[in-house]
Amino acid sequence: MARKSTTQRVVVSTIGAWFFGFLIFFPILWMVLASFKTELEAFAIPPSFLFFHWTTENYATVQERSDYLLHAMNSIIIAGGSTLIALLIAIPAAWSMAFSPTKRTKDILLWMLSTKMMPPVGVLVPIYLIYKSFGLLDSRIGLVFILCLGNLPIVIWMLFTYFKEIPRDILEAARMDGATIGRELVYVLTPMAIPGLASTMLLNLILAWNEAFWTLNLSTSNAAPLTVFIASYSSPEGLFWAKLSAASTLAIAPIIILGWFSQKQLVRGLTFGAVK
Amino acid sequence: MKHVLGAVCGASVLLAVPAMAETTLTIATVNNGDMIRMQGLTSEFTKANPDISVKWVTLEENVLRQRVTTDIATKGGQFDVLTIGTYEVPIWAKKGWLVPLANLGADYDIADLLPKIKDAVSVDGKLYAAPFYGESSMIMYRTDLFEKAGLKMPEKPTWEFVIDAAKKLTDKNGGVYGICLRGKAGWGENMAFLSAMANSYGARWFDEKWEPQFNTPEWKTTLTTYVNLMKDAGPPGASSNGFNENLALFNAGKCGMWIDATVAASFVTNPSQSTVADRVGFALAPNTGLGKNANWLWAWSLAIPAGSKKTEAAEKFIAWATNKDYTKLVASKEGWANVPPGTRTSLYTNPDYLKAAPFAKMTLASIDAADPNKPTVKPVPYVGVQYAAIPEFQGIGTQVGQQFSAALAGSMTVDAALTAAQTATEREMKRAGYIK
Repeated sequence: MARKSTTQRVVVSTIGAWFFGFLIFFPILWMVLASFKTELEAFAIPPSFLFFHWTTENYATVQERSDYLLHAMNSIIIAGGSTLIALLIAIPAAWSMAFSPTKRTKDILLWMLSTKMMPPVGVLVPIYLIYKSFGLLDSRIGLVFILCLGNLPIVIWMLFTYFKEIPRDILEAARMDGATIGRELVYVLTPMAIPGLASTMLLNLILAWNEAFWTLNLSTSNAAPLTVFIASYSSPEGLFWAKLSAASTLAIAPIIILGWFSQKQLVRGLTFGAVK
Repeated sequence: MKHVLGAVCGASVLLAVPAMAETTLTIATVNNGDMIRMQGLTSEFTKANPDISVKWVTLEENVLRQRVTTDIATKGGQFDVLTIGTYEVPIWAKKGWLVPLANLGADYDIADLLPKIKDAVSVDGKLYAAPFYGESSMIMYRTDLFEKAGLKMPEKPTWEFVIDAAKKLTDKNGGVYGICLRGKAGWGENMAFLSAMANSYGARWFDEKWEPQFNTPEWKTTLTTYVNLMKDAGPPGASSNGFNENLALFNAGKCGMWIDATVAASFVTNPSQSTVADRVGFALAPNTGLGKNANWLWAWSLAIPAGSKKTEAAEKFIAWATNKDYTKLVASKEGWANVPPGTRTSLYTNPDYLKAAPFAKMTLASIDAADPNKPTVKPVPYVGVQYAAIPEFQGIGTQVGQQFSAALAGSMTVDAALTAAQTATEREMKRAGYIK
């Protein structure tokens, strides 16, 4: 029996949804507001919410002190590159595991996930030495490689669950019509899995964008992405909250804009398979 | 459109050519005001040394420490100049990770460096890092509140006086707390303050045989006094307050006294940051009459990692940034109050500086009162006032700091915190092979 949706219920749930939405969004809003305050107002007690002297001087200082465009470009290249390569490897891997499973497939999947359980700092020194030997320290290609490796298990898992939903019969029909494996992947499987691929890609892009361990430790200046840009404004000795907020706002702006335009795919991807 | 693109490409190639210099120095530093100023003045250095260009990597202190340690331990060679503290210098120098600074130039005047600071960055008489700015800790207090309460701050206050004054200044309904102290857990956070305070009470981290000393009455008195004082006269939620939180509270007029780094003096007296800028006095950190004050010693210093292939240029830069002329350069651009403090004797005889910085005299007295080679009342096997300069200290200090922060928050008793600190330190020292 379906529940009646009374006006009262709709009003309550709408207010509730807006309230929780606002609660979750509040830290970001506060950061954006702080970026337009002076340093003195940024830590004023009690804090002023909207009625303060609005200024853009923090953005000017940040521009003057660091090369935002270089960092943003590095972030785009590193996050985008690692996502693309991860997808190129993960699609065939997930395809083979979803449609031609062996008795070891489950173990392999679990093993892949288990690599995510080790704290990255545990392998920092070996990786650093390897990167040093291959001349990959402070290079974009090195960061693309490590982020791609780091996210690969999640990408394969996500794609595997999406592919599992696709009926095998369709692929078999394609094979009956004489499609090769390559054609089957490109013309049959990929179009059907586009929503899953899109959400996997977006999630991976966000994970790579926010990754702040390897990007901080393996880059110096040339390949430094936005995580390094933010870290350069954090200070334990001195109040630079407004400047830090301005730097953080600039750093998250591109990914928020991307997320805004693709929220439909993102939500679909994240809730895919949640209700069966 | 094609023409425009061509022109842009051509122009960018042309622009790129003159930017090429023979040697590029990569300098890692922390995001503190004095370092940012140095970064801003880089062009003055490159103007005088056209064959050298400079790339800055500015990071938050803890991130920088991890980043730089990884690089230096693996001889990664990513940096040519490092900003490190007095904690790292002796450890890294002994491991052979730093290049001794022997060619700073004839006009460098090493004898002018403050003796305590010079000692802290030297090993076996050799300078392994050049101090960029030095700091100790002292009491900053509100002169107006003291006057209102009928109190007069002595030049060398005792803990007894400070505790009594803190209680008298506290007006919890009016949002004013007698004293603000660090409570946030960390070896460089609450433990910097508590180790210095413990020194003044006659406590020490280890005895001559490296046995941890948290089971001694001196530590119990220190921690009990600290927790009770903060309960009676400290701000709420003090267990999560570090330097910045206390600075914000003091600048907003919420603290009667604040014991912290001497560099804070320029922040609390700066009218663009502080609402109480014209009502701040300074005094030495408190003592208990045992001969040690509760103040620390630290110097952010510039050093060259052994992996760097550009030592000559790096030394040139270090000599430029820590020389007497650099202070003059900063003074001419930003005023005397903004020059990096605490490294050179000559600065404290400079009348212009003494006029611009009302806290100068007390900063110097505080630095002079700290002795990293003899930090405690009883003898100790380690170097360092608010830390013990051994590689294991970062981990141990933070673990102990968490126990003491819990005692301050009230989720643990003082006795339980001390027992936990003793057990944890014993375990780590055994594991590291200092004790059996």
